[in-house]
Amino acid sequence: MNVTFSAGDLAFREEVRQFFATEFPGDILEKQRKAVPLTRDDVVRWHKKMYEKGWAAPNWPQELGGTGWSAVQKYIFADEQARVNAPPFLSFGVSMVGPIIYTYGSEAQKQRFLPEILQFNQWWCQGYSEPGAGSDLASLRTRADLDGDHYRVNGTKTWTTLGQFADWIFCLVRTNTDVSRRQEGISFLLIDMKQPGVSVKPIVLLDGEHEVNEVHFEDVKVPLENLVGEEGKGWTYGKVLLQHERTGIAGVAGSKYRLAQLKARAAQSIRGALPLANDQTFMRKIAAAEVELKALEYTELRTLASVASGKAPGPESSILKIAGTELRQTIDSLRMEASAYYALPYVRDQYTMDFPEDDRIGDGTETHAALTYFNDRKVSIFGGSNEIQKNIIAKHVLGL
Amino acid sequence: MDFSLNDVQLMLADSIEKFITNNYDFEARQKSSGSTTGYSPDVWKTFAELGWTAVPFSEDDGGFGGGPVDMMVVMERFGRGLVIEPYLANVVLAGGVLKRAANNTQKSDWLAPLIAGELQATLAFVEPQSRYDISNIVTTARQDGDRWHITGNKAYVLNGGTADLLIIPARTAGKPGEHNGVSLFGIAGDVAGLSIRDYETVDGQRAAEVELNDVIVSADKLIGGVNNGYAALQAAIADATLAVSAEAIGIMSVLTEKTIEYCKSRVQFGVPISSFQALQHRMVEMYTACEQSRSLMMWAAMAIESGGPESETAIHALKYQVGKAGTRVGEEAVQLHGGMGVTWDLDVAHYFKRLTAINLMFGNADWHLDRLATVTET
Repeated sequence: MNVTFSAGDLAFREEVRQFFATEFPGDILEKQRKAVPLTRDDVVRWHKKMYEKGWAAPNWPQELGGTGWSAVQKYIFADEQARVNAPPFLSFGVSMVGPIIYTYGSEAQKQRFLPEILQFNQWWCQGYSEPGAGSDLASLRTRADLDGDHYRVNGTKTWTTLGQFADWIFCLVRTNTDVSRRQEGISFLLIDMKQPGVSVKPIVLLDGEHEVNEVHFEDVKVPLENLVGEEGKGWTYGKVLLQHERTGIAGVAGSKYRLAQLKARAAQSIRGALPLANDQTFMRKIAAAEVELKALEYTELRTLASVASGKAPGPESSILKIAGTELRQTIDSLRMEASAYYALPYVRDQYTMDFPEDDRIGDGTETHAALTYFNDRKVSIFGGSNEIQKNIIAKHVLGL
Repeated sequence: MDFSLNDVQLMLADSIEKFITNNYDFEARQKSSGSTTGYSPDVWKTFAELGWTAVPFSEDDGGFGGGPVDMMVVMERFGRGLVIEPYLANVVLAGGVLKRAANNTQKSDWLAPLIAGELQATLAFVEPQSRYDISNIVTTARQDGDRWHITGNKAYVLNGGTADLLIIPARTAGKPGEHNGVSLFGIAGDVAGLSIRDYETVDGQRAAEVELNDVIVSADKLIGGVNNGYAALQAAIADATLAVSAEAIGIMSVLTEKTIEYCKSRVQFGVPISSFQALQHRMVEMYTACEQSRSLMMWAAMAIESGGPESETAIHALKYQVGKAGTRVGEEAVQLHGGMGVTWDLDVAHYFKRLTAINLMFGNADWHLDRLATVTET
């Protein structure tokens, strides 16, 4: 039993560190540091940079453009990425639809879509939830009716993250209503969003940001060749995809650095006042969060090690989703608590590149603490709510 | 990165599991628990024959050369079996001091027979006023020529009633709470001036209140240098903290498994109660608490084995986690067993009591969290 890094791992860490220091777009890291939102162009640009480096798809098979990294190397990469506060990969293309296409798609689909996803020539979004189908996803009602050489799609998808920027959407749709189980008759479709009948309406979240959307389909024509795998098997494919989504969702590296930053800030004196680190009640909460983090990190490492030895991430990866999102919300609360009054300003126009940092209300980005806390309420809801994750563990791990 | 056990550790795990399955049932355990010694001397002999008492000692000392991971393997399985034999007092606590501080003569007089299962020993690390501060030692030792006079009180001396050898930390300089000025003495269980009040504890084990009233020992019973005993004492307590944490994780896993099994078989309202979502989610939380604790234990064992600066933090973090998660799992196991959970006859209650006792020793969850809140300040 050991988790020490080999000389090769250490060299790899140095290489990743060098990449972020010299090759990764510096202006994007600067925006991240100043909490300035990234534009669509920024996101495309840095993903293309990763492609040029050959690092666009850490989890794909090497012959399809994956990195061939070991579990330890993936861990090191995520850690370095978070250490410089670089943005995380947009998951919809490379982590979600990509693996579905290379696992279940046709040869033509693989050749057509995988290179585009890898090079980030297409921005993908996810069409699962509907206004009437959240946790009960199998009750979805978006229909795809066979009409000659294509499907005709009608219905509404919701909570579509960054759908306003997307070129393509992967959807679960109902192709058959005459089924004995609702999970049957659902199919997995790839839909071009740049066509008549597709409309995207913003949903503004409680922090005032436009991050998610409602996507409407009105008689949208989708060629049969855009059906992934077999008709009626979409539910099975979608479940596999959710497991891919859940492993990355622990967000260990991000939590590690947010917590470290918070500790460093708590140790600072503001205008000669006693540092927050003198408050034993607050420091006990920090210490408890650090223990949670270490446990989560080692649960993730155990999962990575098991995947590396050839096993797929199983239902126990649901633990990672629950524990990871709870910890992230705990850290958000502590950051907000640390900011006190300065968590309260709602002044969005100071988070632009040309706004002088010294003129910001509060001290730098800490006025973001409440907004982050509000925004991150979503993490225990999306990707299958934490209550649904508990149902999954109860059924598939504990056999209840 | 490798979370698997090596071949030797797998063999060790396998031999303990087999023994518990075939030779260590709950009824026999209960019978030993109620006996005057509080354990079975025959079972203890078997432990020694199978080499388990040799695990944490170097090959030079006649041991197996095991480290923290090996100790974790042993104690987790003892936890699963709710083993009552005094492994902690003998091997981990007394052995932990002797292997670090005893001279060769003392090792052959005390450690060799301890490993052979022929000598019962203990470490008196608690005093009535000390709570969890092991440096809060009021007991004094005064030198008079080539003899030492020891006077004071020791509390919760595990295995105190049957110990042939008691290791007594005493103050030879400084004030209670200071690390310097602590010396360690090995005294026989039947020496004049020693009175031992042996009692049963709530977890079915035995401990003793010990009074030393001018106990006189010769200079060769001093273990390690004068005033320099604290380091060995502290290291043995750290070993013991890891050991009981691993034991607790074994217990937590058993309680979770037994609760799931019970809820699947218990029928109310015409259905197994395991079909109720309110109960399902609580069992998922028990399972999660076990797995998260196990992850933390693996980190801690590896951190301690590597001997780096994280060792101290690792001990505090692990015992905090085990205290917090163990209390939760124990209480939930009892609750989900309903009326059966509060009966003496069902083993669940006894697993719960042992978990509760573990949280109360070597620092409870709050005590360790306080240490972390101070230690981690950078």
